[in-house]
Amino acid sequence: MTEILVSYFIFPGFLFAAAAGMIASWIDRKVTARVQWRQGPPLMQPFYEIRKLFIKETILPADGSPWLFVLAPFFYLASIVLVADILFLALMNPSLGFVGDLIVVFYLLALPAVASIMGAAASGSPFASIGASREIKLLLGYEVPLFAALLVPVIKSGSISLGDIIIYQQSYGALAGSFSGIIALIVGIMVVQAKMGLVPFDAAEAETEIAGGCQVEYSGPLLALWKLGKMIMLVVGPLFLVIMFWATGGWLILTLKYVALLTVAILIRNTNPRLRIDQAMRFFWGPMFIAALVAVIAAWMGY
Amino acid sequence: MSYAINALTKSLNVFHAACSPCNNCDIEILDAITPRHDVERFGIQLVGSIRHADVLLVTGAVNKKVVHRIKKLYEQAPKPVLVIAVGGCACSEIMFRDSYNTCGPLDKIIPVDLYIPGCPPKPEAMIAGVVKLIQAATKKAGG
Repeated sequence: MTEILVSYFIFPGFLFAAAAGMIASWIDRKVTARVQWRQGPPLMQPFYEIRKLFIKETILPADGSPWLFVLAPFFYLASIVLVADILFLALMNPSLGFVGDLIVVFYLLALPAVASIMGAAASGSPFASIGASREIKLLLGYEVPLFAALLVPVIKSGSISLGDIIIYQQSYGALAGSFSGIIALIVGIMVVQAKMGLVPFDAAEAETEIAGGCQVEYSGPLLALWKLGKMIMLVVGPLFLVIMFWATGGWLILTLKYVALLTVAILIRNTNPRLRIDQAMRFFWGPMFIAALVAVIAAWMGY
Repeated sequence: MSYAINALTKSLNVFHAACSPCNNCDIEILDAITPRHDVERFGIQLVGSIRHADVLLVTGAVNKKVVHRIKKLYEQAPKPVLVIAVGGCACSEIMFRDSYNTCGPLDKIIPVDLYIPGCPPKPEAMIAGVVKLIQAATKKAGG
């Protein structure tokens, strides 16, 4: 029991994931600044941001559901920390996982979006409700190609456990090296971009358009939880792709691979405009789903 | 208190409220976040919602149409919040002083922490002003 608690709250759960998330968020902001020919913030900036929010006042919405409003960010953070915990444990000791943890992770990765829809609905703000409706559509859009893309490692390794997929790749080479694997990885990169809420799929929080979307009414410590969750999402998203498609080498190589995928996401974010929500859905249900289907068929045929 | 001021001033999120300005000050504010000045080095960012903001930055001569909005914005901001009046209009209303539709300079409507005069003020003046504001707040808190 103590082991589980330590694993969830300290290492490699909450504290470790939060620290990693802050570093990932700093990389995000620094690379963005360099792309824009700026200097960028110092390493501690994400930490300062979170620390500052804890001294701010929390305002509960007058016309909304205060209980749901307070609970939603906790729900968000708890689910995302659980994913981080499962992924890190699978990487550290592939033989330790349980059967079907891939499916658990797949559903846990959908929970943050549900939590943010809940929080938005509870805040009673028109901006937040627009954000929530876009978040729902985006969720419907990207879950389909993600599920198809995840079938590729499952077919190749013949298992639905993260540990088995990692062990398969360490003995037979990374899945990204095969024809089906690389297509599935590209689909995965796009889906994770949307899951992290980065441009071009940030219609749900569009700051310049709907003033922050789902989180528009949040302030103080509750906003800090959302921000922390988003930082951890920056770790979880690319790391999940590394585990599924590119899990070869020692921890240093794996970290470099993670940073590489994170940088790809940041570069996509900095070189694209925001898509309208209908364009984003068309993109996921059209080209991405077809590409994922091609990858699944190729994997079935052994390519 | 000193801890709180330190935590606040290390990461200032700015909400930009344009209260009937002529847009010159707004352009100069945007200059401050471009590569030459890059205030994100000091953790200063523009945000889209007043609920996420630590600084309410007001430009323009407040007229009868926006006076209720700016009061409401100040009430909606999570405290502690700093108010900055940028430009001659927000500080003292310069040539709109006795105009039929203005409602007095900003500090008659909401409490102001920092005045940055100029028509429009340079980005350097804004950065210098923010530095003075941080120093004054730290001194006041006894740090």
